Amino acid sequence: MTELITVTGVSKSYDRIRAVADASFTLRKGEILGFLGPNGAGKTTAMKMIIGYMPADTGDIRVHGRNIVDDPIAARNAIGYLPENNPLYTDMTVEEYLTFVAQMRGVADPDAAKKRAMERCAIVDVRHRIIGHLSKGYRQRVGLAQAIIHDPEILILDEPANGLDPIQITEIRGLIRDLGREKSVILCSHILSEVEAVASRVIIINQGKIVADDTLENLKERSSGHNIFRIEFLTAKDERTVADALAKIPGVAAVSRVANDTFRVKTKGERETGNQIFRAAVAENWDLAQIHLESRSLENTFLSLIEGGNG
Amino acid sequence: MRSTLTIFRKEMLGYFNSAIAYIFFTLFLILLSFLFFRVYFLQGIVSMNDFFGVMPWVFLIFVPAVTMKSWAEERKSGTMEVLLTMPALDTELVIGKFLAGAAFVGIAILLTLIVPLLVAVTGPLDWGTVVASYLGALLLAAAYVAIGNFVSSLTANQITAFLFTAVILFLLLIIGTEPVYSVFPNLIAEVVRNFSLNYHFQSIGRGVLDSRDLLFYFSLIGLFVYYNVKSLEARNW
Repeated sequence: MTELITVTGVSKSYDRIRAVADASFTLRKGEILGFLGPNGAGKTTAMKMIIGYMPADTGDIRVHGRNIVDDPIAARNAIGYLPENNPLYTDMTVEEYLTFVAQMRGVADPDAAKKRAMERCAIVDVRHRIIGHLSKGYRQRVGLAQAIIHDPEILILDEPANGLDPIQITEIRGLIRDLGREKSVILCSHILSEVEAVASRVIIINQGKIVADDTLENLKERSSGHNIFRIEFLTAKDERTVADALAKIPGVAAVSRVANDTFRVKTKGERETGNQIFRAAVAENWDLAQIHLESRSLENTFLSLIEGGNG
Repeated sequence: MRSTLTIFRKEMLGYFNSAIAYIFFTLFLILLSFLFFRVYFLQGIVSMNDFFGVMPWVFLIFVPAVTMKSWAEERKSGTMEVLLTMPALDTELVIGKFLAGAAFVGIAILLTLIVPLLVAVTGPLDWGTVVASYLGALLLAAAYVAIGNFVSSLTANQITAFLFTAVILFLLLIIGTEPVYSVFPNLIAEVVRNFSLNYHFQSIGRGVLDSRDLLFYFSLIGLFVYYNVKSLEARNW
């Protein structure tokens, strides 16, 4: 696999605070890399250094193998960037803004580039409207259109779903997943589910340090914790019967009764195990009312990695 | 070069997208004409000296109003990050913003050409000094813009940028007035006076184009454009 971005031993401090400490990672061609960490972990600082908005104190950042300090213009041409909070010129129309960006980028055919970006982000019908009058979801798409107008190979998206409502979040996710088919993406977020929904590999950063860098599957497997399913029945059930029936399912570690009709099941697996619990309930002819995943091992892994760093 | 032109266009679009540009032009023209014609007819001399005498002081309020937004707004709204991560050099962007501000104020100045045309109706006007003074006024205003844009790049607050620019311009103006420079010993007084924004403007206004006067404004502009670039480079580190 080709490495598009290589970050080696990069550190950055503001005054006395260490925002990023000795970070090393790569972005490979064709992947969506989730950059996960709590607010203030150093995600944004790391992105600002890659795009060349601010220099690293120490370390080396390369885009396409070329140092960004030696050739900042080439790096910026290769990357589309959606900064945190999606800053836009709110008194311009969508089209004026994209024209400005296209010209600034020196795109060969600005009109065609603009059209393609607007179609891609589904904002053609609001092209003549003032950006300041648009809803947050539309603004986010304008920000994305800005980022892809020069058809970059790499996209860096910093908290692209921040402040959106659930429907808008779903739309943006779909868009990011679409873009990820032809571009390599770094997606920054503090929300696990957001990264999980689109990313193929995850880097977890906390207090400026990278604490994990792995695929989602490996992270799930690596976790020592359990998933916990909560099962509710319409009528009371005997603890023994339920425990014995569920114990046959591979991946179920323990069953405990919370109330007469409610049980907690500790498992290793996730969706697959949930399905098997459901099928077991059907086979036993239980009056299942609901089953849901109360706590997830991946979430626990994430939290423990972050808390470990804080300790 | 391309980026300079692009940012120039964007800034111009920003000025003329709202009614503010037209209000600005109107107010500027009315204020200048009022201050001038108020005394003109009492004097009975066909001269524009008072007009150009009051101009630097009117700029003191109007130019900071134009430049206060230039970088402070970008910083405040976060668009600075989009702008400064475009494939362009900081210098190109700074020059583009400077040229846009200078062009905008330049348009306001050229609109006041109606005043000498009116004066010429009342009697024989020395057009040589008028043209020279207009050239001086354009240079003076451009220097104000360079200073104003630099100050704007230091803050995210437009009001701070406005006041701070006005104070700097005021200081640079009053060191050219007699009550101020005469407190210094003779030799130093002459040097202090030379650094006043007004001194070289008056010198150009006499109708003699001296390279020293031109050089003064060009170096001042160059210096503050350079400072502006440096202040952008020093962003968050």
